[in-house]
Amino acid sequence: MTTITDVITGQKIKPHKIGVGIPWLGLACLTLFFFTVLFADVIAPHDPFEGDLLNITLPPAWEEDGNSSYLLGTDMLGRDVLSRLIHGSRISLLISVGCIAFYGSIGVILGLFSGFSGGRTDMIIMRLADFWLSLPAIIVLFILAAVNGPSAKTIILTIGIMGWPNYARIVRGECLSLKQRDFVRLARLAGCSNGRIMFSHIFPNIINSIIILATIEIGGIIVLTATMSFLGLGAQPPSCDWGLMLAEGRQYITYAWWLVTFPGLAIVIAVLGFNLTGDWLRELLDPKQKLR
Amino acid sequence: MPGYILKRLIIAAFTMVAVLTVVFFAFRLGGADPVAIMLPPEATPKDARILTEKFGLDKPLVTQYTNFMKNAATGDFGKSFRYNEPAFRVLFERFPASLQLGLVAFFFALIVGLGVGITSAVKPGSLIDRFGRVFALGGMSIPTFWVGIMLILLFGVTLRWLPVAGRGTALHYLMPAFCMSLYPIALITRLSRSAMLDALKSEYVLMARIKGVPEFMVVMLHGFKNASIPVVTVIFSVFGALIIGSVVVETIFSWPGIGRLVIESFFTRDYPVVQVFVLFVSFLVVSLNLVVDIVYAYIDPRIRYQ
Repeated sequence: MTTITDVITGQKIKPHKIGVGIPWLGLACLTLFFFTVLFADVIAPHDPFEGDLLNITLPPAWEEDGNSSYLLGTDMLGRDVLSRLIHGSRISLLISVGCIAFYGSIGVILGLFSGFSGGRTDMIIMRLADFWLSLPAIIVLFILAAVNGPSAKTIILTIGIMGWPNYARIVRGECLSLKQRDFVRLARLAGCSNGRIMFSHIFPNIINSIIILATIEIGGIIVLTATMSFLGLGAQPPSCDWGLMLAEGRQYITYAWWLVTFPGLAIVIAVLGFNLTGDWLRELLDPKQKLR
Repeated sequence: MPGYILKRLIIAAFTMVAVLTVVFFAFRLGGADPVAIMLPPEATPKDARILTEKFGLDKPLVTQYTNFMKNAATGDFGKSFRYNEPAFRVLFERFPASLQLGLVAFFFALIVGLGVGITSAVKPGSLIDRFGRVFALGGMSIPTFWVGIMLILLFGVTLRWLPVAGRGTALHYLMPAFCMSLYPIALITRLSRSAMLDALKSEYVLMARIKGVPEFMVVMLHGFKNASIPVVTVIFSVFGALIIGSVVVETIFSWPGIGRLVIESFFTRDYPVVQVFVLFVSFLVVSLNLVVDIVYAYIDPRIRYQ
């Protein structure tokens, strides 16, 4: 393919090939992540909750005092770091999926109503969404944690309540453009009720965008839940949530560097996987880049 | 324009009232009995009754609510259990520390983010563009607190170049502000880049180029000015990121600000302080909304005539 030179600015423009540039790194990270989620029980060398008190704070296997049966070392209670990381992937996924399911449903429903009804309803919901977006989630977290006690469920509740505006906006946008299409008009002519049009006709066409958005968002949610657990407002001991592992390991930072390095790396790998793949999917399936 | 501002002000006032109400009911209905928290274990029921009366907790909910709103209007948000001082004062004493850190992080993020984002859009495919995109991706994928801990490990423990805790010299600001700015930089870079790309493809930019306007003017005057509208929107997300960033970063670096205060207060069950924090941040958010709305109307004249 030839490179075109913009006549006016003199810049060279390479034609954009859709479908190339498969995110190898992203897919590799995702594969690793899902592999550990699915086969956690099988591949984890030790029990993530039972510690061997004779073997506390062992360094990783390649170091001097390391033990080859504890590949990434042990923590302050003698639990194998690698096994905890592997099981932690399940927790991360469960919490994230829980959050997305929660606010995804709210967002899609509100977005459909907003886009479809138009007028006042649309304006009210969008104003609410704008305001909602500007509220930092941590405020709601503090309130809910004070009321409910800190736990993984509290996180799901918090993020579930806070996250709908993005979804609502995108769904609304799609709804607005789909409303003008022939099949919607024909459905109305045929006498379909509003609800039926919304859920049987419009909704199946926006599932694409919903899934793409979920892939893009899940990375951010993993980081957010890890942050909340790190602060102590989320998953509680003896859970092997990665954020919690970082919080626990922080006290030993001066002589047990592996306790804080590896959980963080796990988070980075998981999130990179979702972000890279999500971005690629979005570029692939949505060339107009509406989902910015 | 004045009518628009007035309308916005009224909405903001109503929003604050709504927030106060929500916070009031959330904390009261939470089942965390404040009296039980305040009393030592050997207290008798009589002591509990005295305390309940003193705080007016035996009055009907409506009376409590009106008292709460009245007190709030005068700035009285109860007394901190831990410090035995008015909760608001406890918070406000530590606010300057957070503000300084936040501002440093914010401006750093703004300069770097806008710089990289705009350059990225103007010179697509260049080194800065690729580096910028990788950096933005990293900023969103790598958790702030991990970067903070790793930096402490590297610069504080291993190399011993930078102080790891507290606030004092300019060096103390370095790592915390850098950590806090990572996520905002990613946001701003991404958004300014895509906004600029859009603006640069538009017809008025083409027109300006045909007219023969120097490229620099085209980029800054026509491109950036129109791209700045979505950039202003991202300020909200940046502010939210700074709030949560401040809680995390202040905890890691033992920075004496309101973020660390609220975490400590939460875990020592000093709920008046947590409540004041929530209200204060809500107030900041509502004010920010107001300011941004007004700035919007100034940048984009179309909005003024709503």
